[in-house]
Amino acid sequence: MNFDFSDDQKMLKEQVRKFLTDKCPYSVPRRILDSDEPYAKEVWKGLVEMGLTGTAIPEAYGGLGLGALELCVIAEELGRAAAPVPFSSSVYLASEAIKLFGTEKQKQTWLPKLAAGEIIGTFAISEGLHAPSAANIKTSFAGGKVNGVKTPVPDGDIADVAVVVVNAGGKVALAIVDLKGAGLSHEVLRTFDPTRSHAEITFKDAPAELMDGQGWEQVSRILDGAAVLFAFEQVGGAEAALEMARDYSLERYAFGRQIGSYQAIKHKLADMYVKKEIAKSNAYFGAMMLNDEGAELPEAAAASRIAGCDAYVFAAQENLQTHGGIGYTWEANTQFHYRRAKLLALTVGAAIQWKEKLVARLEAKNAA
Amino acid sequence: MDFNDTPEEATYRAQVRSWLDKNAVRKADAKDLPLPKTLEEVLKQSKAWQAKKADAGYACITWPKEWGGGGGTTIQNVIYGQEESNYAVPGGIFAIGLGMCIPTVMAWGPEDAKKRYVGPAVRGDEIWCQLFSEPAGGSDVAGLRTRAEKDGDEWVINGQKVWTSGAHYSDFGIVLTRTDPNVPKHKGLTMFYIDMKSPGVEVRPIKQMSGGSDFNEVFFTNVRVKDSQRLGNVGDGWKVALTTLMNERLAVGGSQGNADADDLIELARETEIAGEPAIRNGAVRERIANWYVQAQGLKFTRFRTLTALSRGETPGPESSISKIVAANKMQELGSFGMDLQDMGGVIRDRSVSPAEGAYTEQWIGAAGYRIAGGTDEILRNIVAERVLGMPQDVRVDKDLPFNQAPRGK
Ligand SMILES: Cc1cc2nc3c(=O)[nH]c(=O)nc-3n(C[C@H](O)[C@H](O)[C@H](O)COP(=O)(O)OP(=O)(O)OC[C@H]3O[C@@H](n4cnc5c(N)ncnc54)[C@H](O)[C@@H]3O)c2cc1C
Repeated sequence: MNFDFSDDQKMLKEQVRKFLTDKCPYSVPRRILDSDEPYAKEVWKGLVEMGLTGTAIPEAYGGLGLGALELCVIAEELGRAAAPVPFSSSVYLASEAIKLFGTEKQKQTWLPKLAAGEIIGTFAISEGLHAPSAANIKTSFAGGKVNGVKTPVPDGDIADVAVVVVNAGGKVALAIVDLKGAGLSHEVLRTFDPTRSHAEITFKDAPAELMDGQGWEQVSRILDGAAVLFAFEQVGGAEAALEMARDYSLERYAFGRQIGSYQAIKHKLADMYVKKEIAKSNAYFGAMMLNDEGAELPEAAAASRIAGCDAYVFAAQENLQTHGGIGYTWEANTQFHYRRAKLLALTVGAAIQWKEKLVARLEAKNAA
Repeated sequence: MDFNDTPEEATYRAQVRSWLDKNAVRKADAKDLPLPKTLEEVLKQSKAWQAKKADAGYACITWPKEWGGGGGTTIQNVIYGQEESNYAVPGGIFAIGLGMCIPTVMAWGPEDAKKRYVGPAVRGDEIWCQLFSEPAGGSDVAGLRTRAEKDGDEWVINGQKVWTSGAHYSDFGIVLTRTDPNVPKHKGLTMFYIDMKSPGVEVRPIKQMSGGSDFNEVFFTNVRVKDSQRLGNVGDGWKVALTTLMNERLAVGGSQGNADADDLIELARETEIAGEPAIRNGAVRERIANWYVQAQGLKFTRFRTLTALSRGETPGPESSISKIVAANKMQELGSFGMDLQDMGGVIRDRSVSPAEGAYTEQWIGAAGYRIAGGTDEILRNIVAERVLGMPQDVRVDKDLPFNQAPRGK
């Protein structure tokens, strides 16, 4: 058994950490929070220059030809830094979707540009304040045109291309839409995490191309892969929140003692650690299944997601609590994780959806 | 045991209802009324409403009439609260002053101060704030460092307070200071009341994670107060503060956020889990049941406290449980309401989101509420040590002179 990342992968992780520690300290998400800038362009540019946007894209399409495991270590570092960049939309979602289900021509058209970071991609699935499902997708595809409204779309205001989940004559399918083309308008949304921008996109006879194949299974596969990658972001974020809490509990005194000397705080931090480790181990299995395209990917992805949501939301929330009054201020960095943890817990579907999905799978297997 | 009104109570309720009908708008009819946009508007509306209530005897119902109160009973106060909650009326900005500061002034202040300040506070003409917490101590408020030094018939205050809710619109405050750093921390404190417009008082708003600015830093630079502004004896500040904090326990714990089990039922009807109506999902139903039971538990715990109060008993530290439950429920219910909206839950927009954005707002606000007025951890310590009589944590600084106690950031 060798249930660990390779030395090369760990070195990649170190490189990304070094870059982000240097170029994306909390002052960067703070700048995005306090301004109208949709994302940190210079951080994005740096990631692109390191070739990271092409990590898992085959060399034939201009990428580095590495795999999901490399993406996982990058994700963990992006999560740790709460980096305000469109990496997840462009890489875990758009690029992966095109790689999996694009036609040869679509791959040739879009992947090199995505790999090179010349364009930003996104995945448009949600249609409002409810979970999307096979039966409720209304955005339609017919005669090479998409019509409908997708909201919220992560990075929908800055993306150049979107993989859009559509209803094509009663069947769920995927369509590629050039967001710089005709028939499109968007509105930036107010969200609780302004360090990641979201938009409502309206398609009015927007020219589009269907991707290969059809069915909700494709959507599920895309979400499964992204769930694993997001789980690594969540693990990274949870670790950062835990470290922040530990550091503070060592320097803050109450009643003449470090607050870290109180068991209420110690146990809180220990619980954060336990949840984070459980999430990490699940995410490792998710990574393995994703990398090998294993049969257990759906269960592994759901488990990664459920544990990741739990670990990060808890760590972020209790990190803030550990800080007392200062933790609830705009000035404090605790808020970046409080916001991001909840954002990531919603972004490819809430845990409660994944729990249903997981148990349905387990039930079917159990019956077989 | 019953909730029935006695004939006198029923008469009172009818009076209250007809007065409210004449003077306020029912919530159901207020949906389209514009919300106040500026702090000035909020203050103006709140003050006008409070004065109206005071004239009719509905402000501080249980306080004696000579102090501007209603001269009524605890039960009348409850009845008024129940009825008023059906109307869209301003509220909130007097809670700290009337719930905590003025009761402290009434218990410890000199007679002329009570005459001067209680009436205007009841009418809402003057607003009060609580200046206890400092950068060095919130949970450990007795670790505060703001100094008051005697100079003739006056005291000179220097130092800094923080998290002072409403300081930016308050006229007066009660301020806990250190008058003797050479004795153990609880013994060297003294309480004063202070005019917030005194020279040397500087209020700087703090922006909260929510984006709002309800609390402040307050700096004191050679602020002079008269010895007659002292509440209680020199060195008795902690005892005086306990009056305030005991009242705080009654004042907080009421709010549970704006979205509740009922709102969740509505939301769960409109959303889906794995393609099925969310309301049919067992996990959703279980949560709704749990939060309903918690809400009821809080409500009836309060009724028990009120019944004890109406008999003249003093509620003990057991009312500390309310805020632990309320604040955590507020955070978790808010968070779950966002989950039901799935990816749509990232939107923070009252005009779009269900329950007018209440889920998101309470998920954000609860992060502060779990800290304000005693953190979860401190409240659990109170329950364990003062209610259950478990041994106290080791208090290394308790008997040391304050200036020799260990301290950190
Ligand atoms: C919205 C809001 C409004 C407020 N309004 C006011 C106001 O009007 N006036 C006022 O005076 N103050 C006010 N406060 C301050 C509030 O009372 C303090 O923030 C609170 O008591 C915590 O103190 P602290 O911030 O110093 O945190 P700390 O005391 O430093 O606490 C940090 C962490 O250590 C934990 N901790 C501390 N001691 C122990 C222990 N013995 N055992 C276990 N854990 C412990 C705490 O639970 C917390 O998690 C307000 C705070 C907020 C958030």
